[in-house]
Amino acid sequence: MKKYYLGVDLGSTTSKAVIINEQDEIIGRGITNTRANYEVAAEIARLESIYNARFSLLKRKIEQEKDFESLYKKYIEYIEDAFQYLQFKTRLDMLHVQLQKTAKQAFAGEIQKKITDYIDTIVKNISPLIRQEFLDGDLGAKSQFFRDIVSEKYHEEVAEFDKDYFEPLMVTFDKSITPVENELVKHNFKELVHQAMGLLNEKYADMPDSTPGNKSFHFDAELNLLKGNYKKVSESLREHIDQIAELDIHISNMTGTGYGRALLPFPEDCIKSEILCHAFGAHALFPNTRTVLDIGGQDTKAIQVDKYGLVTSFHMNDRCAAGCGRYLGYIADELSISLNELGPLALEAQKEVNICSTCTVFAGAELRELLNLGEKREDILAGLHKAIVMRALSLLARSGGVHNEFTFTGGVARNQAALKYLTEMIRQNYGNDLTINMHPDSIFMGSLGAAMFARRNIEVDLPQA
Amino acid sequence: MPDKQVAKEQSMILQKNMLARLFKELSTAKGTGKKVVYTFVPGNLSELILAFDMLPVYPEINALQSGMRKKSRDFIRDAEKAGHSEDVCTYVKCDIGMMLNGNIGPTGEKLPDPDLLLLSYTGCFTFMKWFENLERLYPGVQVAMLHTPYQEGGKITPEMVQYMVKQLKEEVIPKMEKVSGKKFDQTKLAEILENSRKSQDLITQIFDSTKNKPSPIDAYFAGVYYIGPINVGFRGTVEAVEYYQELYNEVQNRVEKGLGPVTPEGEIEEERFRLVVEGPPNWTHFREFWSLFYNMGAVIVASSYTKVGGVYDWGFRHNPQKPLESLAEYCMNCYTNLNLTQRIDLLEKCIKDYQADGFLINSIKSCNSFSAGQLFMMRILEDKLGIPVGFIESDLVDPRYFSYSNIKNRLDSFFQMLDQRKIIQKQQEIAT
Amino acid sequence: MNSLDEIIQYSKQAAFDLNFASAKKWRSEDPSRILLGFLPVYFPREIAHAANGLAVGIMGAGDRLQIIKGDAYYQSYICHMPRGVIEMALNGNLDEFDGFIFPSICDVIRNLSGMFQLLGKGKFVKYLDFPQNFSSHIGGEFYHNELHQVIDQMHKINGIKIRPEQLNKAIQLYNKNRNLIVQICDLKQEFPWRITTEDFYYILRTGLFIPVEQHNQILEDTFRFLQEDIGEPMDNIKVVVSGAFCEQPPIGLIKTIEMAGCYIVDDDFMLGSRWMEENVEENTDDPLKALVEAYLNKSTFSSTIYDVDNPKGKRLVQQVKKRNADGIIFAAPSFCDPALLDRPTLQKACDEAGIRHINFQYHENIGQFKVIKEQVGAFSDSIKLWEEPVAEVRNLSEKNTNI
Repeated sequence: MKKYYLGVDLGSTTSKAVIINEQDEIIGRGITNTRANYEVAAEIARLESIYNARFSLLKRKIEQEKDFESLYKKYIEYIEDAFQYLQFKTRLDMLHVQLQKTAKQAFAGEIQKKITDYIDTIVKNISPLIRQEFLDGDLGAKSQFFRDIVSEKYHEEVAEFDKDYFEPLMVTFDKSITPVENELVKHNFKELVHQAMGLLNEKYADMPDSTPGNKSFHFDAELNLLKGNYKKVSESLREHIDQIAELDIHISNMTGTGYGRALLPFPEDCIKSEILCHAFGAHALFPNTRTVLDIGGQDTKAIQVDKYGLVTSFHMNDRCAAGCGRYLGYIADELSISLNELGPLALEAQKEVNICSTCTVFAGAELRELLNLGEKREDILAGLHKAIVMRALSLLARSGGVHNEFTFTGGVARNQAALKYLTEMIRQNYGNDLTINMHPDSIFMGSLGAAMFARRNIEVDLPQA
Repeated sequence: MPDKQVAKEQSMILQKNMLARLFKELSTAKGTGKKVVYTFVPGNLSELILAFDMLPVYPEINALQSGMRKKSRDFIRDAEKAGHSEDVCTYVKCDIGMMLNGNIGPTGEKLPDPDLLLLSYTGCFTFMKWFENLERLYPGVQVAMLHTPYQEGGKITPEMVQYMVKQLKEEVIPKMEKVSGKKFDQTKLAEILENSRKSQDLITQIFDSTKNKPSPIDAYFAGVYYIGPINVGFRGTVEAVEYYQELYNEVQNRVEKGLGPVTPEGEIEEERFRLVVEGPPNWTHFREFWSLFYNMGAVIVASSYTKVGGVYDWGFRHNPQKPLESLAEYCMNCYTNLNLTQRIDLLEKCIKDYQADGFLINSIKSCNSFSAGQLFMMRILEDKLGIPVGFIESDLVDPRYFSYSNIKNRLDSFFQMLDQRKIIQKQQEIAT
Repeated sequence: MNSLDEIIQYSKQAAFDLNFASAKKWRSEDPSRILLGFLPVYFPREIAHAANGLAVGIMGAGDRLQIIKGDAYYQSYICHMPRGVIEMALNGNLDEFDGFIFPSICDVIRNLSGMFQLLGKGKFVKYLDFPQNFSSHIGGEFYHNELHQVIDQMHKINGIKIRPEQLNKAIQLYNKNRNLIVQICDLKQEFPWRITTEDFYYILRTGLFIPVEQHNQILEDTFRFLQEDIGEPMDNIKVVVSGAFCEQPPIGLIKTIEMAGCYIVDDDFMLGSRWMEENVEENTDDPLKALVEAYLNKSTFSSTIYDVDNPKGKRLVQQVKKRNADGIIFAAPSFCDPALLDRPTLQKACDEAGIRHINFQYHENIGQFKVIKEQVGAFSDSIKLWEEPVAEVRNLSEKNTNI
């Protein structure tokens, strides 16, 4: 039986889980922004990673079949989207119920009637929109977290209604979203996957003949093929799908890390500091790494590693969240855009506005002042990203400098503007010959490292340099 | 083992008695007519104070006691209400706050007002500001300034000694004569200094015992208790010599039995890490802070903080033949009066002599004297010795600057780091 | 120079040249010249002058330099100034300096001297331990010896043995420099609209970067130009700014205070240039002794000097009265123990003398002035609206009693 290893990273802003196989390859990834309860967060992340693992195992399995066609892989990706939509839908239904409940508790009489009607309308309106986005793979650049997806649509709907009901509707939402978001929902994978396939089949059945240039669908040759062949595809894959759905993914060992790690139901020696995990993970992906920079939700870490991936020294900026992910979150809120849009927008800048402080508390005030002075959003954002990078550079300098190769990890590493300024400043100060590594799995680095420690059970079997 | 228990307690009992007697004398000082001198630990001229039969009070010790007794938060708040900035040294604020609240000492009795402020301006610029502030709060009090020159060139020159000796002769001693009503007795001072020498020899040996594996003492957390008598006015007394002799015996006993240090929660099971620590400890969470170490089997084999009241590692001892000169040299030889190169050399010596696995800095927000330059020192030691280094941050007595979870997180990572390296080293040894 | 504006434009650039180009050029013109850098606050530059040297002030990088490496040396709860200094040192800005002097003003500067030693900067690094004992034969002798160490180091470099005439000449020149500065300050107090503090700051600060002869000329010209009544008097209050003697406030801050309705009639920004309250004795047989005596007896008051026998609160109040100021702005850099620990005492002295005051903290690269502007503006307004500006009251009473 194949062995798998789980690493769970309970960060300050998001919780991540990674499953690896015996070759240290990432099989599954899960991430959630649930914060109220670390145990729940860990569990949700773990479940997500297992679902994700099933899909990627499925893809691998299929690739080995002799009659494999690339459109099978595509189909599986669409199933995964549909699957995620169904997960979302479950939660959306729960939210609907909760919203009604909250409204009935908070209001009475006429207002209550009006609000509950509005709620029904909202849910009715946004459901198909979101469904569309999931199934068309349109979520893309935006966040995949339940709260973010729903609240954006909810806001849009509420804006259309009578202004008098704005406040009560928002209050109702604020009171309802957290319990729903933190609820642990377990799905039967097989059932849900079948449902997802059903959904997909409906989609293809309903799809009209489209002409090239129609942007409402991701139109490609494979999709066209699928449209014509979906029945055949789904049948030939069904057996594989069912096998994987029933597969026992055996977790041989697990390690927890991150701020919340003390609360994990893991034995003492299965808990590792996130410094070591980040370093180990980064080193695993880039074996020549000697310096790691992790800008997370609330803290920044600069880590020096040796050839084994073991930490030789580190420095943390954990007393102040300035310049970290959370700060960017507040900025995004102030500008009413999503976190993922910050980077691309900043890249459009003509210049960098000088930002005086990256203090999260004053982020909003400073931003508004600059906007009032006529500065463009993109220029301000560029200045902000530069300021964040400057702060990280100070920390790097304090930790012993930047040595070849340099790896950038953590959630903020996914931000292209941050990466741009970091690359510039590192080259400027530490030389052009330095290799700078970045990986799309940067936010999973801690959990990857943890999973790898789990696999090695480090006391027993050491990594080879 | 009952014998051992009793023996260990003995030194602690001796110290407790010494302190109790001192505080008793302090509380009755106005009645008995004994004069009270406020002064500092670095550059403390206990012997001179004793020679004039006066009583010492150390505002720094008051502050750290307030920290340990959880009173410092309010004292600091009161000082800030009275106009002090958040940015300044929290010892000063705590002391001023304590004063504003009646100057009640650790025994619950009011500490006597000073008859003399002995401003031994040694190793810390803030000391000067502190007593300038106090002088305004005790109008009319005598102030004696003793400016200790900084060892900027890494050595003590005759001119530096002369400067201090002259100050002693013409500024400090005359003021002490005036305040105490007694004449300066050089012979008495010489006798006292002879006792100081003995205490210094003993304490050096005690701190040297960490050469053993396991180390019989913790040279930081327990160390601060050991330096008590030698720093709070008893250096030069017969009682102090007795105390250190007793303590030395206890330590020797532990060495013979191969025992590790005692902690508030009993003996350390296994010495897993040997550390050298730079920087003062946190006082507001002293016990919790200590527990982060002993729970991990981490023993501190040397610390720079225990040398603030005098560095004896390089052989300095008070010399009864040259009383004033040795008082001067003593002052100049306190840890915070050493230049950065000397500090690095001293830390390097400790790391090597006591075979430390790691070097840790507890950087204190309040204390620029210690903190400014620590990052550089850390880098230099790391590069020179290839020793793993750790860095945590807290404060002396302001509880707002001690975050248990942050410190634990950093220490966890540091210890795990040390652990991994040990495993690698072991593997490499096996391979070769 | 031909106009006040020309002087100001020149000074604007010269006072903030972090590469010290003109000083380095001066040194390169003659191989026996020495270039010394000194940190705040005061250093008797006369002795450098007498040894064919130039002592240049290193006042930090202000808001003119992006700190990248400097932060590696300092935790966040230490003032900003030394970061800029280290940054400049590591960037090579200070490479052509022969030696560095670190006056004993605080623990941060003290330890910075150690860092320079470890970095191997200059041919010598001297922490100048100014005495806190003011007796001639005790503190004076010690100080004498300290200065001798600097002189010996300079001698090692260029072989020049200082003759008393040279030192006397230097003393004369620096006395003149100080007197010119005081003259302009007095004029500025009476006619504050003729030149802003910002502009005067450039001119003053330039004196730390160029030879004293040149600076004296600039000051003479400035004084001459200021005889003309230019500028419009404004309805401003007069203030003294205190606490900013080491880490310098950014120009924006000085501007902000002025724009918020204040004439700054005195400050301690360039305290070192006006350290002596009277002339150092000229033409003595032992000019070094004259410098020592001057330090012991004629120094101004400062948070860096032990003051139990000569309290600074009283002296500050005297200064405010002398300048006819309406109030004091206590502006200290964040984390500055000397300035901040003195503040309550000084505020108390002001309260007892009935002098209005406000206080805030800054750092040398602060970019946000809105809050300070509001605070200073409110201060200025409240004095204008609810109190007779002190100057007018005093003038009236002086007129009445024929003083």
